Amino acid sequence: MSEIPEINELDALQTRALEELKMVSDEAALQAWRVAHLGRNAPLMQVFSRLGQLPKELRPQVGQRANQVKQALEAALEERAAALRAEALHRALESERLDVTLPGRRPEQGRLHPTTRTLRRIVRIFAEMGFQVYRSREVESDAYNFELLNMPAHHPARDLWDTFYTTIPGVLLRTHTSPGQIHVMRERAPEPVRVILPGMCYRYEQISARSEIQFNQVEVLAVGRNITFSDLKGTLNTFARRLFGEQARTRLRPSYFPFTEPSAEMDVECFVCGGKGCTVCKGSGWLEILGCGMVHPTVLQNGGYDPQVFSGFAAGMGLERITMLLHRIEDIRYFWANDVRFLNQF
Amino acid sequence: MKVPLSWLKDFVEIDLSLPELAYRLTMAGLEVEEIRLVGLPMPEGAHEFKIEGLSWDPDKIVVAQIEEVMPHPNADRLVLCRLNDGRETLTVLTGAPNLFPYKGQGPLPRPLKVAYAREGARIYDGHQPGFVLTTLKRAKIRGIESFSMVCSEKELGISEEHEGIIILDEEAPVGMPLVDYMGDAVLEIAILPNMIRNASILGVARELAALTGKPLRQPPLPPFERGASIEGRAAIQITDPELNPRFVLGLIEGVTPRPSPYWVQRRLRLAGMRPINSVVDATNYVMLMLGEPLHAFDYDVLTARAGGKPPTIITRTAREGERLTTLDGVERVLEPYMILVTDTAGPLSLAGIMGGLESEVTENTHNVLLEGATWNPVNVRRTASALRLSSEAAYRFVRGVHPALAPEAVRVCLAYMAAWSGGRVAEGLVDAYPKPQVDPEVTLSEAEVQRWLGISLRAEEVADLLRRLEFTCRVEGETVVARVPPHRLDIGEGVIGKADLIEEIARLYGYDRLPETLPADPLPWQRNQPLLEAEEALRDVLAGLGLQEVVTYRLTSPEREARWLAPAEGEYLPPDYVRLANPIAPERSVMRRSLLAAVLEVAERNARLTERLAFFEIGPIFLPLAGQDLPEEPLRLALVLSGMRHLPAWDRAEPPLADFFDLKGILEGMAEALHVPQWRIEPASHPGLHPGKCAALYSGERELGYLGELHPLVKARYDFGPVPVLVAELDATALLSLVPERFEVQGVPVYPPVIEDIAVVVDEAVPAAQVEAVIRQAGGKLLTRVRLFDVFRGEQIGVGKKSLAYNLTYQAPDHTLTDAEAAQIRQKIIRRLEQTLGARLRG
Ligand SMILES: [Zn+2]
Repeated sequence: MSEIPEINELDALQTRALEELKMVSDEAALQAWRVAHLGRNAPLMQVFSRLGQLPKELRPQVGQRANQVKQALEAALEERAAALRAEALHRALESERLDVTLPGRRPEQGRLHPTTRTLRRIVRIFAEMGFQVYRSREVESDAYNFELLNMPAHHPARDLWDTFYTTIPGVLLRTHTSPGQIHVMRERAPEPVRVILPGMCYRYEQISARSEIQFNQVEVLAVGRNITFSDLKGTLNTFARRLFGEQARTRLRPSYFPFTEPSAEMDVECFVCGGKGCTVCKGSGWLEILGCGMVHPTVLQNGGYDPQVFSGFAAGMGLERITMLLHRIEDIRYFWANDVRFLNQF
Repeated sequence: MKVPLSWLKDFVEIDLSLPELAYRLTMAGLEVEEIRLVGLPMPEGAHEFKIEGLSWDPDKIVVAQIEEVMPHPNADRLVLCRLNDGRETLTVLTGAPNLFPYKGQGPLPRPLKVAYAREGARIYDGHQPGFVLTTLKRAKIRGIESFSMVCSEKELGISEEHEGIIILDEEAPVGMPLVDYMGDAVLEIAILPNMIRNASILGVARELAALTGKPLRQPPLPPFERGASIEGRAAIQITDPELNPRFVLGLIEGVTPRPSPYWVQRRLRLAGMRPINSVVDATNYVMLMLGEPLHAFDYDVLTARAGGKPPTIITRTAREGERLTTLDGVERVLEPYMILVTDTAGPLSLAGIMGGLESEVTENTHNVLLEGATWNPVNVRRTASALRLSSEAAYRFVRGVHPALAPEAVRVCLAYMAAWSGGRVAEGLVDAYPKPQVDPEVTLSEAEVQRWLGISLRAEEVADLLRRLEFTCRVEGETVVARVPPHRLDIGEGVIGKADLIEEIARLYGYDRLPETLPADPLPWQRNQPLLEAEEALRDVLAGLGLQEVVTYRLTSPEREARWLAPAEGEYLPPDYVRLANPIAPERSVMRRSLLAAVLEVAERNARLTERLAFFEIGPIFLPLAGQDLPEEPLRLALVLSGMRHLPAWDRAEPPLADFFDLKGILEGMAEALHVPQWRIEPASHPGLHPGKCAALYSGERELGYLGELHPLVKARYDFGPVPVLVAELDATALLSLVPERFEVQGVPVYPPVIEDIAVVVDEAVPAAQVEAVIRQAGGKLLTRVRLFDVFRGEQIGVGKKSLAYNLTYQAPDHTLTDAEAAQIRQKIIRRLEQTLGARLRG
């Protein structure tokens, strides 16, 4: 206890005010407390106004103490006010809580057809190796579809393709994109050629889960003075690794196409079973992905390139087949049926 | 081609496991599609081939002999066999009809060798369809206990045959495990069209010898009796050597057609052919073995047709209206181009395809004239496809059989005929060879190998590889001169021959050993492809605007397209189409002329599957051009929009339906995103669209296509329900050609704009576009934005009127507009609206 009664009074004031502040729980009570303890008529303020009536020697001591109490009360007020604001904010936030497990609102979204998506990937990979897209017509002449590709009339290899003929003699629906090889070579000879030829082709077949009457083929063609079978192997392996993954193992098997020689079939190790054998690869561990070979001298000749000087390679794959492998699609009919339940998944 | 392993081993030693063997063949272009075990054990470990079939347990399936066939006491259709399996003698029950002739004869003087399965053996069930595995168990059949059986071919997986049991050849050793006696495996090999030489056991063996370095061996011919010379007994006349380069005849007399030895029948069955009798079997056996199709004539029939004189075989094309009944009993009407084997009395056989019924070998044939010939592949192919006939012979001749094979095959076949059917082989052959095959000689340099394959091989190495395939090679410096062996026709001359040799070198060297490189050759100059790039940009823009891309059939029918193409009202004359000569079905008989018709079909099929239909396709249509064979194939863009504007959500149950302005907004967004120059959309009409909801998209004066709502009468042709269907079809080729390769943008304004709203009342008939055009014209450069934000109709403004409310932005590029300037522009706009459109400002 001080010997000065005014000091004791100030101490008591402070203690009481801080006690009361603890009870304050909302903004209105806080304002009332401020009026009661820091307002013009508050006891503390009256201490200030009475300061002049005190003995001169006591004035500094009491004045200093009164200031301390005022600062303490103001600080306490500010602290309390902040706490109340925080509480109010938290209450408000709590009251705005959503059930975030409700579904989101989707913007109307369009998608590309799966064949467009796969084609773009394939085109991009070959574009980086210098191959540019070249397109040609779908209704073709027998000459471009067969004869100029080393399949004269009655060539048994024509049996490899079941062909749709039109009512105009010598006009058919192309069975492969290879007619484009002749078109592009004739257009560019003797310049080197690096093109990728995508497009719709047609075959006379019963439509089933495995076969369609129209299908997209993607061919690549390189012609130059120094194109080798090893280049074919390197280019196609690069492609397979980029499309199917760095680990993809491939193999080339001898095969036969009338427009290439040597000809080969490329298999990629089944990425469904890792080569152990499964239903997708029919137990073999390998998936056939494309046919390829060195451009046949007759075809080079027909394209306007001297086969003694020029050489080339070509490869062709089925776009739907690749897409089916990539996404494990089991029915080729999905592609042209355009059922939204299929398309929505891409 | 089905290749029994045991047969292959006659020609080449094989010390590879089955999967290794299959791998080597596959990697050389003889793709093994399947391995069928016929007795041999399943190879151990992982492998890359489909292997199926039955392995015979050596302890449980053995050679046994039936010593006596006794009647069953309780059943007429069963017999009891006293059988010795090398360990013991026991009684076995069977119902095999081919044992009935021996029933009740007492002990057989020559016991029958059979395939005997003991209790617990795993075999196929002979009585179930297909191949179902079963384990032999003890059972009582008609009072007699049975626990083992003598087997049919089906039960052992050799063939489908299960009528009778197998009766083995007499030398089969009793007690020997059956797998050791005749265990086998069949390789199913896909023969490439240029490898017809390998559609034979010898061909596959030759490839294998080349791959493994083992020698190719010729199995010795069986001993046979020789008779008098063929000279003067038959003659040959070839009328067209182009069609029939070679014809060889051999003669055997005194044969007795009978069942072939069991091992022959088994091999034929494993190779996929049905045994007939020992004479016919010999021709098939030699064809499978050597690759030369042979044909046997009944010599006595030919002699009779020649009036008792020695027959003359004449090969010629058919005469008008000539007919021949082939072996299959069908009478064929022949065309004048078809090459035939005939005699002086008329046609005998369809050359290289199928024999005639009259001169065929029967059970009663005694003397056989054997044909080995070479035919023109194109002619055989043409005839076979015209008559829809296929045969093992035609399969080979169509792909080319070397003429050198003919005399060799005839000689070998006569030897087997004599060995299996008795008789004497006449000395010599009649051989007409008017057009000898010249086997090409091809030169190939080290540099060429390098140029084609990217590997450097010395000439001597190249020659060694080719010699393995029986090429005759000589090395001249850095060049190999290779003579094609006289059994293949697939190697050409000149530069084609070089390519052919390159393939053989690559095959034998091994595709897997070739290096991997990227082309070192210079790249061509890269070309600009603005159309292709714009097309992909268009796809992205449309998908971004919320449309799903589809790809539809290009094959359709005029009827399908008429649903869209026929006008809502009035006559419809279907247009000219690219038509298929051989459509797969009537509804896929022409190439489409309308892309929208196809996308509408997609929308219709999906109408029940989703609340919002929004599709587009970019693709060609096919328009026949008068006087030209090939059609035009312009690109079109088709859009269909229908159903809800948005997908419904949990707080948005019934979104509004899409209408004309949703589609228009998409086209506006598209035109803007592609920066189509001076694009605008104006009212238009179209015979399939709602007359009041139809417009066209222009760029400048060029019309790019139309958009609108389906006419109700057109919509009624589809199953869409009561919602509006919005469609658009644009000339994509034209659209894409307008997409600029670059475009410019405006700077962002620095000075603040003045923004205000005005509402004007005009007659209902005044199009909004006209109002906006007047506003823009009057506003001039300082009017930077005009946005219609409300259209109002109501009593307040009068009947036949509408109020259009615009939000206007005025802005100057170089200073802050004053209120006075803004008011001036505003006044000008209002005055112009009043003057030109009779508009009034709405208070
Ligand atoms: Zn697999």
